[in-house]
Amino acid sequence: MEFLKKKILELRPDFEKGGKYSQFHTLFDGFATFLFTPDRVSSGGTHIKAGIDLKRTMFFVILAMIPALLFGIFNVGHQHFLALGEFAGSPMNGFWDKVMYGAIKVLPIVVVSYSVGLGIEFFVASKKGHAINEGFLVSGMLIPLVLPPDIPLWMVALSTAFAVIFAKEVFGGTGMNVLNVALTARVFLFFAYPTFMSGDLVWISEKPDVYSGATALANAAATGTPFKISADQNWNYNLQDMVVGLIPGSIGETSKIAILLGAAFLVITGIGSGVIMLSVVLGALLMGLIFNGIGLTPFMNMPFHLHLAMGGLLFGAVFMATDPVTAAHTGTGKWIYGLLVGMMAVMIRVFNPAYPEGIMLAILFGNVMAPLIDYYVVQANIARRNKRLAARTSIA
Amino acid sequence: MSEVAVQNPVEKKPLIGKKERKLITDPLSDNNPVTIQVLGICSALAVTTQMKPTMVMALSVTAVVALSNFVISLMRNAIPPRIRIIVQLTVVSVLVILVDQALKAYMYDISKQLSVFVGLIITNCIVMGRLEAYAMGNKPVPSLLDGLGNGFGYGFVILTVAFFRELLGSGKIFGFQVIPDAMYEAGYVNNGLMMIPAGALFVVACFIWVQRSLAKHLEEKE
Repeated sequence: MEFLKKKILELRPDFEKGGKYSQFHTLFDGFATFLFTPDRVSSGGTHIKAGIDLKRTMFFVILAMIPALLFGIFNVGHQHFLALGEFAGSPMNGFWDKVMYGAIKVLPIVVVSYSVGLGIEFFVASKKGHAINEGFLVSGMLIPLVLPPDIPLWMVALSTAFAVIFAKEVFGGTGMNVLNVALTARVFLFFAYPTFMSGDLVWISEKPDVYSGATALANAAATGTPFKISADQNWNYNLQDMVVGLIPGSIGETSKIAILLGAAFLVITGIGSGVIMLSVVLGALLMGLIFNGIGLTPFMNMPFHLHLAMGGLLFGAVFMATDPVTAAHTGTGKWIYGLLVGMMAVMIRVFNPAYPEGIMLAILFGNVMAPLIDYYVVQANIARRNKRLAARTSIA
Repeated sequence: MSEVAVQNPVEKKPLIGKKERKLITDPLSDNNPVTIQVLGICSALAVTTQMKPTMVMALSVTAVVALSNFVISLMRNAIPPRIRIIVQLTVVSVLVILVDQALKAYMYDISKQLSVFVGLIITNCIVMGRLEAYAMGNKPVPSLLDGLGNGFGYGFVILTVAFFRELLGSGKIFGFQVIPDAMYEAGYVNNGLMMIPAGALFVVACFIWVQRSLAKHLEEKE
């Protein structure tokens, strides 16, 4: 580390104004501050001094996603070999083969997502002459985690570029976006290339045709139970598999345990909002309960708690609804926002057969509504305090 | 005091002078009805999945705007201001029905494809906008030119949008496949987003983006 630090300090003059590489200043600065806390401090005005800057905040979120990523890598391999009928028995059989296979599938997606996204960030930053925004560090990891394992890499690149440009840069870059960047990438793929993003064929990597089945959500929509519904389905999972994550699905969304580990980490470090996670889950459960009460279709009658075990609801609640830029900011607003997202997600699942999973659209809807929610929460507070003031002055 | 007021020679007015030319060119760029005034977006989203119907739509709107501008301008001094909207609507409806009937008679397939959107030209804000903003206060010939210009401006935008939507959405232009089969075999897939109306919004947005970065003077001053 000392060596690196010395090297950076040695190189810095070359990148400062007037140095020979001054046009790469933003690039250099970005990497230097990524490795070390900058030694320059602001002067004047009031500042809170803290070692945790945007880069480190982002890095904590990435740490929180590591369990989901690692499990996703294993599960991609596990599902693949399960479909081929190899390594039967305990899921741990052939562990390293599964991890190797999964890594070969997943890591290129991560690399493509990061290189395209950061490439655009660097380009915009040096063009506009501002410091590199670190906002993409998290999005770049989220994008692979919400995609199916067999997605063609050019689609990853295209959707990442689309999301970074249209969801972020046109609104003014990191911190200014209205919509969650990673979800924008996913929603772009979902509408642009639906055959690669939905249905029963895409969730198992290189799935042989004879190995057929339906996702938990498709089963639930058809008959009201997420589990195996007919004898000719090869996919066979139970609640335990769904919680552990040994089911087909997007790379990072399957393991509820890995996601909850990440959630605990985010809440303990104070990076992610526990209120939003809780309210999204509560909203989903509440809507599930309401549907249980109405009970018109089999899906409505499904035990409400099973909603949490299916699809990406939990992943969305923990890593995407909590995005501090696009979520509501006020305390009450977070509750309203979370409940809205959770209820909306289950409602889309149950009502709209075209969209088997609702959390993606629900969060984007919540993102759009968040400023409005905040506005009314703030206005209500102002009105309440004005009333109190009026009451006090009338007494005096 | 040797200066003598030089008498301006009587200028011969050409048929299409600078002012008249501006009537045509302005709506194509700096005063485009779609990208600058943001009118007629609805039909820009609805009919632009393919070039061919878009072309017909562009021509229909141009015909309606130009002719209604001309007719209203002819009778502008006879229209009582209080009921002018009704009168304008009547004229526009007559023209739209004529266009609709003509399409049904000579281009039945395309007319079916455009379905209700030909009838909806009546509600296209560009038509009413030009009548109110120009034809009610100007002579017939400039009004006709203004209508033509705005029709072309509208057509230019929706044809551009349709070009990208058809190219990216179905790999064709005017119904002819332009993306080679080899690309599809290599894994290329048509973009479904371009086939839904949301896709048109993105293309229009990009159009406005490009136009505004080329013409900096259009940016609002802060």
